[in-house]
Amino acid sequence: MSQALLTVIGEDRPGIVAAVTQALYAADCAIGDASMMRLGGYFTIMQVIDYSRDFGAVEAALDPAVKRLNLRVHLDPISSVPAQEDVANVRVTVYGADHPGIVAGVTEALAKIGFNIIDLESEKSGNPERPIYVMIIQGSAPQGLEQVRLTLEPLKAEQGVEISVHAIDTALL
Amino acid sequence: MAVLPILTYPDPRLARPSEPVAEFDDELRTFVADLTETMYAGPGGVGIAAPQVDRLQRIVIVDVRPKLGEDCHGLMVLINPELLAWEGMAVGREGCMSVPDFTGNVIRAERIQVQAQDPDGRDRVYECEGFEARAVQHEMDHLDGLLFLDRLVSRKTDLFRRKNYQKRKA
Repeated sequence: MSQALLTVIGEDRPGIVAAVTQALYAADCAIGDASMMRLGGYFTIMQVIDYSRDFGAVEAALDPAVKRLNLRVHLDPISSVPAQEDVANVRVTVYGADHPGIVAGVTEALAKIGFNIIDLESEKSGNPERPIYVMIIQGSAPQGLEQVRLTLEPLKAEQGVEISVHAIDTALL
Repeated sequence: MAVLPILTYPDPRLARPSEPVAEFDDELRTFVADLTETMYAGPGGVGIAAPQVDRLQRIVIVDVRPKLGEDCHGLMVLINPELLAWEGMAVGREGCMSVPDFTGNVIRAERIQVQAQDPDGRDRVYECEGFEARAVQHEMDHLDGLLFLDRLVSRKTDLFRRKNYQKRKA
């Protein structure tokens, strides 16, 4: 069994996920971690797949769906590294009037303290004349929540955004 | 005292609703002692419900001292528990002894008032918040055949704080 990271993008319309996953299933592939979402007017798929036949067979299996739905596909073989051990222990929520530099500023500050981003989702929305930007980051903060708070505090004024930092606690019940 | 075997998903027995307890006798108290020991032996060790050990009775045990120290109610044995009121909502990640190796985000009330009977049949009312409130709600779900899997929300779901207050029952 080999692994690959499959990227698919195409103009959003119903049936993209079904066409791609049916083709993979027919080609004896299994889907692992996946992120599928609409970004702008495009639908995007990124997923880890396990395949038992050769790499070319996977590409060939996807071909009819790619042509029919005008998709762009990228397939990268990956070595089967075990999933990272660090789990998200902090969630950072950022929102404010949209302007360039919010993501760059916040993530640069996080990178400096060794914060490992595991998940980042952002959305530009609101009134087109006065758009707002909302970003939710989940990740692993090696030195805990308070350090993340301190690091991000100056960015509130610099970027003119609201930033809140919450612990992600797993309740094992 | 004995550590009882835990049912794990996808065992269909976890989906059955439990019946109210009517007899508050020595047999019940012995079972509660076994259930408590089973809880402490678990990986989280802070909560358990009777249907998780294949006994369809409305019995929940919560003790979040391993997590919170003495800043909680300690050992709570909740028999025939009912939520009287709840307030606030929070997203939190949960795991469960009956769903090994998986955790997911669930929305729960932040503060609850729960009424229950103790092993001697006496009425008790507890007010819980935060982690303890989450644990009580998670375990009470088992009594209705629900797992946290039934309440999963996207791992990205976040809630801006909201005020909410609802009362049930008189």
